Amino acid sequence: MAEAVRIRPGLPGWLTPPVAVGLAVVAFWVAAALTADLWGLADPLRMVARRLQPPSGAHWLGTDALGRDVLSRTLHGARISLTIAAVVVAAAVSLGAALGAIAGFVGGWVDGLVMRLVDVTLAFPPVLLAMAVAATLGPGLENAVVALVAVWWPVYARLMRAQVLEVRTREHVEAAIACGAGPMRLLTRHILPLCWTPVLINATMDVGQVILLAAALSFIGLGATPPTPEWGAMISEGATQFYSWWIAFGPGFAILTVVLGFNFLGDGLRDFLDTRSAR
Amino acid sequence: MTRYLLRRLIAMPLLMLGVATATFLLSHITKADPLAAIVSERQMNNPEIVAAAKARWGLDRSLPEQYAVYISNLVQGDLGVSFRTRRPVADDIGARLPATLELVVFAMIFGVTAGIGLGVAAAHWRDGWIDHGARLVALIGSSMPVFWTGLILLYVFSVVLGVFPGPGRIDARVAPPPGVTGFYTLDALIAGDMERLRLALAHLVLPAFVLGWAVMGIISRLVRGSMLDVMEQDYIRTARAKGAGEGRVLFAHALRNALIPTLTIIGHSFAYLITGAVLTETIFAWPGIGAYAVDSARSLDHPAIIGVTLVGAAAFLIANLVTDIAYALANPRIEIGRADG
Repeated sequence: MAEAVRIRPGLPGWLTPPVAVGLAVVAFWVAAALTADLWGLADPLRMVARRLQPPSGAHWLGTDALGRDVLSRTLHGARISLTIAAVVVAAAVSLGAALGAIAGFVGGWVDGLVMRLVDVTLAFPPVLLAMAVAATLGPGLENAVVALVAVWWPVYARLMRAQVLEVRTREHVEAAIACGAGPMRLLTRHILPLCWTPVLINATMDVGQVILLAAALSFIGLGATPPTPEWGAMISEGATQFYSWWIAFGPGFAILTVVLGFNFLGDGLRDFLDTRSAR
Repeated sequence: MTRYLLRRLIAMPLLMLGVATATFLLSHITKADPLAAIVSERQMNNPEIVAAAKARWGLDRSLPEQYAVYISNLVQGDLGVSFRTRRPVADDIGARLPATLELVVFAMIFGVTAGIGLGVAAAHWRDGWIDHGARLVALIGSSMPVFWTGLILLYVFSVVLGVFPGPGRIDARVAPPPGVTGFYTLDALIAGDMERLRLALAHLVLPAFVLGWAVMGIISRLVRGSMLDVMEQDYIRTARAKGAGEGRVLFAHALRNALIPTLTIIGHSFAYLITGAVLTETIFAWPGIGAYAVDSARSLDHPAIIGVTLVGAAAFLIANLVTDIAYALANPRIEIGRADG
């Protein structure tokens, strides 16, 4: 940790160059999502120029098969992709952490049941499980979100359970028991507050992967449906217009940079926390 | 260690049963009528045929009974019939397996060799530009949407530069080599057909590169880390003191030990390969299981997508089991059972 390169003395230790780069990229895309309407760009859903125009001064990333502006669609796509990722990670963390905390705290058959459920879910290759669940529920963004939560919750359940098992043996918990604290109070006041840090860091690292898999589902046709400016769906449209490379370029580059941003962030934070690999 | 291996072996069939139960439940949530797959539209009006089909597939029975039928069919290798191809899903998967395996093997060869090379270089020139570059390459590997990278590479190398052929396993006008193994490269070699071998290899370059990139990234990070651990040990200092050249120290002394932890990641990166193969095959029109899974999902062909998912999970479980056993055998000091929760 002491060896981690700091940008400047006086800045917090976790702000290493990779973390700063990651933060900057992620901040750019969050800003793009929030301000997409303010850039004076064409309507992402309307035909605004001749179809299949290569990049030009008027349309920096060209136009697609329906004459829509690819740059405008790419920036508006940030809204959809980032929202999906935020919803999926929040839901997966809540569900997984709740089940994991209960399993670790209660133990016995509850623990066994939850952990076997975790084992079975993790036995599936993520992309296939997500595809199977999404295809079962039918195409659409909401169903894609459900499919992604179904893939991601077990990771957090395992992590939270391990944390609870570790924290509950600490002395302050024994002291609270001696003072007569009930199980609910013990869990919510004395154990859970100490369990969150690794769960939240893991969640940060997963956002990028969620964006990737969500885009993959839309690319396959199981997520966002056509007029929506979603990155995966746009790449799918680009694939059908193979010689108009610019249609897929914008959204693909957007996915690459935003996921890279989250991965830089996660990689940097992990290096900072895990002193063994921080060198 | 024996206890650990025994426990893993006993858990295996139980996990498979759990996986099969999950897919059974999934196939019952769907609103799609399973009868539509078995009986043609015209025959749906014929109550006798419908009843016979229901009886044959156990659809007229209660849920627990259907479950029993499903499991017993699975044990006999019956994954149901595809809505789309109207063929048994197991046959479809079997026919497409060689294409996927050939792609995965070549991607693995590229990922492992390039990953080890990059990892050793990054460790040797630690904190230099090669090290930072390797880190970026690895991060890009886990950040890029393969369905996009595939498109871009195809456009650049096939359309603009014309150095590699377009999608597919072999040129559309060329018949595949006589099937022995199903691997076009091996079959062409067996037939002594150098032209087809060249074509098959040329078609493999881009998809194997796209698919292997993520693996290369993961392996290079791991090799770098374990090389740095190993390089600090006394025997490396001894080797240097005895006058061994840096190349010999790196490859003959350090890499050998650094590779043990890498062994597990090679096995576990199978998950990345499955994920990547599904999307890579779609872009490169590769007639394998991944493209089959996507086509099935796109046309909401439930028996097929559930069948592929089940087979994928089985392959995934077996790969992880084999890896852990290999690791336990290669490094008996480590008790893996203690570590996993």
